[in-house]
Amino acid sequence: AILRSSGEMYQCSCSCQWNPDLEPGALIFISCLSVGKDVTYICPFVGALRGTLTVTNFRLFFRGISRDPAFVLDLPLGVVSRVERISGASSRGDVSYVLVCKDVRTLRFVHKQPDDSLQKSVFEVLTKFAFPVSNSLPLFALEYNQVFPENGWKVYDALAEYKRQGLPNESWRISKVNDHYELCDSYPAALVVPVTITDDELRRVAAFRAKGRIPVLSWLHPESQAAVVRCSQPMSGVGGKRCKDDEKLLQAIMDANAQSHKLFIFDARPSVNAAANKMKGGGCESEDAYQNAELVFLDIHNIHVMRESLRKLKEVVYPNIEESHWLSNLESTHWLEHIKLILAGALRIADKVESGKTSVVVHCSDGWDRTAQLTSLSLIMLDSHYRTISGFQKLIEKEWISFGHRFQQRVGHGDQNHTDADRSPIFLQFIDCVWQMTQQFPAAFEFNESFLVTVLDHLYSCLFGTFLYNSEQQRVKEELAKRSVSLWSFVNSQVDEFINPLYVHYPAHVLLPSVSIRHLQLWVSYYIRWNPRVRPQQPVHQRYKELLAKRAELQKKVEELQREVHNRASASSERAGSPTRSITPVQTFV
Amino acid sequence: MLSLGGGGAKSTKPSFVSYVTPEEIKSEKEPPKKEKHPDLLPGEVIFCSADPVLKHTQDDLSQRGIFGTLLCTNFRVSFVSDETPLEEMTQHFKNKLYGENDIPLMCVDNIYGVYDEKKKLITKGMLKNKCPSKMIIHCKDLRVFQFCLTYTKEEDAKKIFQGIAHHCLEPKSLKCVFAFSYAASSSPEVQRSQRTVMFDSKEDWTQEMKRTKANLRIVTENENFEFSMRLPKFFIIPAAVTDEDISKFPGKGLPVWCWSHHSGCAMFKASTLPVPQEDGLMQGYMERMLHAVAHTHLYSLKLEDLSETLPTIQDIQQSYNKFKQFFLIDNSTDFWVSDVKWFSTLENTGWLDIIRQCLQKAVEVVECLEKENTNVLIMEEEGSDLCCVISSLVQIMLDPHFRTLTGFQGLVQKEWVAGCHAFLDRCNHLYQKDKECHSPSPVFLLFLECVWQMVQQHSPAFQFSETYLTVLSDSIHVPIFSTFLFNSAYQRESTMKAEAQHLQRGPLNCPAVWDWSVQFDCKAQELFINPLYADKLKQDKAIRKVPRAKHQRQLSLPSSAFKTPPKKGFFKDETESLKKMLRVKRISRWMASPDSPAAATREFYETWQRRPLDYHGLLLPCLDGPAMRLWMQRYLRWIPEVQILGGGPVAITSMLAELLSQVQDLRRELDMRSCWETEAESLQLRPGPLALTRTSLRLSSSFPFASNRNWTFKPAIPTSLLQSLMVTDRLASQEDETNEVISLV
Repeated sequence: AILRSSGEMYQCSCSCQWNPDLEPGALIFISCLSVGKDVTYICPFVGALRGTLTVTNFRLFFRGISRDPAFVLDLPLGVVSRVERISGASSRGDVSYVLVCKDVRTLRFVHKQPDDSLQKSVFEVLTKFAFPVSNSLPLFALEYNQVFPENGWKVYDALAEYKRQGLPNESWRISKVNDHYELCDSYPAALVVPVTITDDELRRVAAFRAKGRIPVLSWLHPESQAAVVRCSQPMSGVGGKRCKDDEKLLQAIMDANAQSHKLFIFDARPSVNAAANKMKGGGCESEDAYQNAELVFLDIHNIHVMRESLRKLKEVVYPNIEESHWLSNLESTHWLEHIKLILAGALRIADKVESGKTSVVVHCSDGWDRTAQLTSLSLIMLDSHYRTISGFQKLIEKEWISFGHRFQQRVGHGDQNHTDADRSPIFLQFIDCVWQMTQQFPAAFEFNESFLVTVLDHLYSCLFGTFLYNSEQQRVKEELAKRSVSLWSFVNSQVDEFINPLYVHYPAHVLLPSVSIRHLQLWVSYYIRWNPRVRPQQPVHQRYKELLAKRAELQKKVEELQREVHNRASASSERAGSPTRSITPVQTFV
Repeated sequence: MLSLGGGGAKSTKPSFVSYVTPEEIKSEKEPPKKEKHPDLLPGEVIFCSADPVLKHTQDDLSQRGIFGTLLCTNFRVSFVSDETPLEEMTQHFKNKLYGENDIPLMCVDNIYGVYDEKKKLITKGMLKNKCPSKMIIHCKDLRVFQFCLTYTKEEDAKKIFQGIAHHCLEPKSLKCVFAFSYAASSSPEVQRSQRTVMFDSKEDWTQEMKRTKANLRIVTENENFEFSMRLPKFFIIPAAVTDEDISKFPGKGLPVWCWSHHSGCAMFKASTLPVPQEDGLMQGYMERMLHAVAHTHLYSLKLEDLSETLPTIQDIQQSYNKFKQFFLIDNSTDFWVSDVKWFSTLENTGWLDIIRQCLQKAVEVVECLEKENTNVLIMEEEGSDLCCVISSLVQIMLDPHFRTLTGFQGLVQKEWVAGCHAFLDRCNHLYQKDKECHSPSPVFLLFLECVWQMVQQHSPAFQFSETYLTVLSDSIHVPIFSTFLFNSAYQRESTMKAEAQHLQRGPLNCPAVWDWSVQFDCKAQELFINPLYADKLKQDKAIRKVPRAKHQRQLSLPSSAFKTPPKKGFFKDETESLKKMLRVKRISRWMASPDSPAAATREFYETWQRRPLDYHGLLLPCLDGPAMRLWMQRYLRWIPEVQILGGGPVAITSMLAELLSQVQDLRRELDMRSCWETEAESLQLRPGPLALTRTSLRLSSSFPFASNRNWTFKPAIPTSLLQSLMVTDRLASQEDETNEVISLV
């Protein structure tokens, strides 16, 4: 899906020959570099390819010459993580540079330094427009003004979503304490808390929880009233500080569920890390202070471990795969083991809520990375609504965007500081986990693989406003909904492309995936999609779609025949007995 | 609300879980002593039995289980539960010959005894030892049974243990195999599989030659095996081989025809000649054979000695032995421990790599036939192991006929059964211990593995399903079928004759495995058919060539730059050099192209990959690391920890079944309304698919296997999370937030 990007401007080009795929009327900002200075793309699969390179304020476009069909490389600049010039590559004044991308690939170009020194070099333009934030330029999403039939900003409305879950009810209320983001600047405005807890008590709890991220409800089981609650770590510190209000709040959460007299607290971290956090004032709930609560550690590692794991994975899959040691290389990245731990954690949460009918509290350190992964995955397991396209959009809007997953920091939109330790593929891991579940339950999800890949592509592309900024507060302040387009506007305007034809809606069907590593696979059509040898394998979907089309066709024919029979019957008195040959020959092929 | 994890589902669990010891039960009620045994097959005799025996339910570490009777017959080891099974679970897929608690004797792989909590492999010499408290049986179809003998009377326990161990571990003679008692006692009207070509008559071979438009010489002189006992009754050789040469080295080194390409070139296989003697006799003979092969088409030849480039059958055996251990799991703890280093252990077995090498070799041969139109002669010591693997794979890749169910069965008959693959020795059906001369090796299973890789990569090209392949791999160890019982056509015929004489009756009627109705009813057999198969007849011309699914942002790769340079070393167009080379002592092998052979076929694959995919044309497998997959259905079907309830491929199968039946209903409706026009066509309707949809939520991913195992609805949660991932990195201890939050402008 190549988007026509209104608001896109020509920034730089190495050739005039390129016919830009821009919206009519898009402003040509800077004209081309001199003609004939060809660029070579060093493709790791095919070898060197000569062609023309164009850079706009949104994308990099390379079109090869001398090939039919033309080789095309189309890359949103937001994907670029780092641009590096390789000096001294050649004595003839060639410039060589490498683009390291966030979507697991690395591109290398070589071109002759243009003679005309007045022209900007591609390199300079690239470094400027790939990293607008570092260059005090606006992100492209804020200039993009394509109009779509659907408005994605309307997909998620917190109150409507809580209403769907039957909230507020006799045990839970929607508090306005964070209406102006004063209680917690990384939380959404609408918070669901037990009715027995006052806003004042909530404020005191906020002082005890890291970053003020108090325990609030994420999801309520429609039957058992068991709740999934999320928060950050308690600031108990070395001394084991306690907070009466926090203890009361957790007790109230337990009491809101009459089915169980127990509460499970899932700490996503390894217990060692939780203990280490005490030195910095953090920690975990002690079972002395929280009676009837059981603390479980889920052993999921931190953002730095995950970043390192993805880096290793990239080394293993791009550009070439070492055939004979593929499996052990894959194992050495630990990527799938991390996926396994996250899925296992979510499975334990879902199991406690569903089978144990017990309410659960989930937190990690700050409650915006591992916690978001765990709650959103367990919600997908528990609630079939989140497996629909619109439900999944709501889930991302709710558990990730509104609850302050730090997209800006974790992705580093438009920021040239590629070594920033805050970057981490947390959201990618979540989508990977969802993909693993779609593989295990091929008919349980309304969306297809292409939908998940599209979400990830636009996580980096900076074309849509959806994944910009770190919190709801910032988005409201920046009027993001007014100034940018939502990814869901694009998706929902061509939703057919993202539908899984095999989908069957089973309401109230709980998914319990297998988390054994034997069932986990590397998501080849995402991580290895740049390798031309790796072919997408969706013949099943293809055939299935054919069958669907055949069914529709036959249904139409049956209807036609019925109409004809009906017409004939009304006129049969005169023409009784004569077989009508006008019926269209029936095609019985499938 | 349908709650899969809820207690409501559990209450319907029909299996009996014992919380009391049998002593307690017995004191309460003395069960009326009645003979309990499975429905015996014709010719089946019970050797011994013991009661009560506790069969542990596998999905549990605790000592819970089901009580029942353990029997050993001349066909199987059988466990009959004391509980009458609830008929609530409809079995979609019941084997008529043996149930899920039965183990055909040939299917027993290893027996372990647990003595004082220690697991020991039972060998022949240990039979006189004292009886173990627990007997663990590992099966060749990857099932694991645990029978606890502590509740059984000591002498009964000893008897059953020794009985089972004796009948499963002692070497036997071929005539003791159950198939003969079965054939002798069963009604002789076992019908021959109707449509599978058996390749045991001259007509079958001439028909196959006609089908492939081959013009070669059929040899009929071996009808009574006077000329070679290692060759089939009828076989086809290059037309240029002289009568004198045929009988020179009985059967050795003779190029036997496998298949002809539509261009005219053909593939032959041959066993290698004995070690050359000093006279030039053998060399001259070999040269004449090569000339004869080369003469078949354009005087071109590629010779491939498989024993030089592929793993030996001993390597294959060793690798598989290591590999299968990872699926024979005794308890949950072992499972999760082995989950940790899963990928590297899998890689260390080398099994997937052997599969890759075989597919790779087959692709190389395909390239010769398809691209270079060169005759190919594959050789190997016996000419009936890896030659069978490679030639069968090549034919599946090139000829869509062999991707249909009957075509595939015909292929197995042609290359393996008639081709004299030594099934008896390779499968070690008789438990011979002197492995030196018999060399057991899962060569046929290796072939099925390779086919499975193709099936999972290009499923619409195959008429049969993976379930079919799994069942076929199980059937190897069912001692009923003549198909996998003999080393050669000669042995088959002579043994059958001798047995019939012994019984003083007409010819014995051993069913072929292709008589699927012996094992499964029609409904179960429907699961052999791939509902996605892109039938040639029914496919529209316009959509026949399926455009390849475009990658998400896939780099489009143009085709022009991929002209492969003509490879050196092919004899085509190089008659002079051919003659020269043939005079040289050693005959040309694959010429080392500048790159490795893998790199060369890579180009061939990539060129093929860029063309639109035609399911009825050439089909090549992708051999990259991530493309080589584990045959989950076969290897994971009995392991409770990996079952996905309401998921797995059956979720798709049931969807497809429903859609197909809807399409058929519509068609039928149309046919009825316009019956005079489409009467003939309505006969083409496929049999109605299974109505699985309503139950699919409760089916597990192991479907259609293990259907009465009643997987619990509890999720399998790893027990050893912490030790699974030891990140000792400094990163692990680092804080998530390195610096204070800086908000974006």
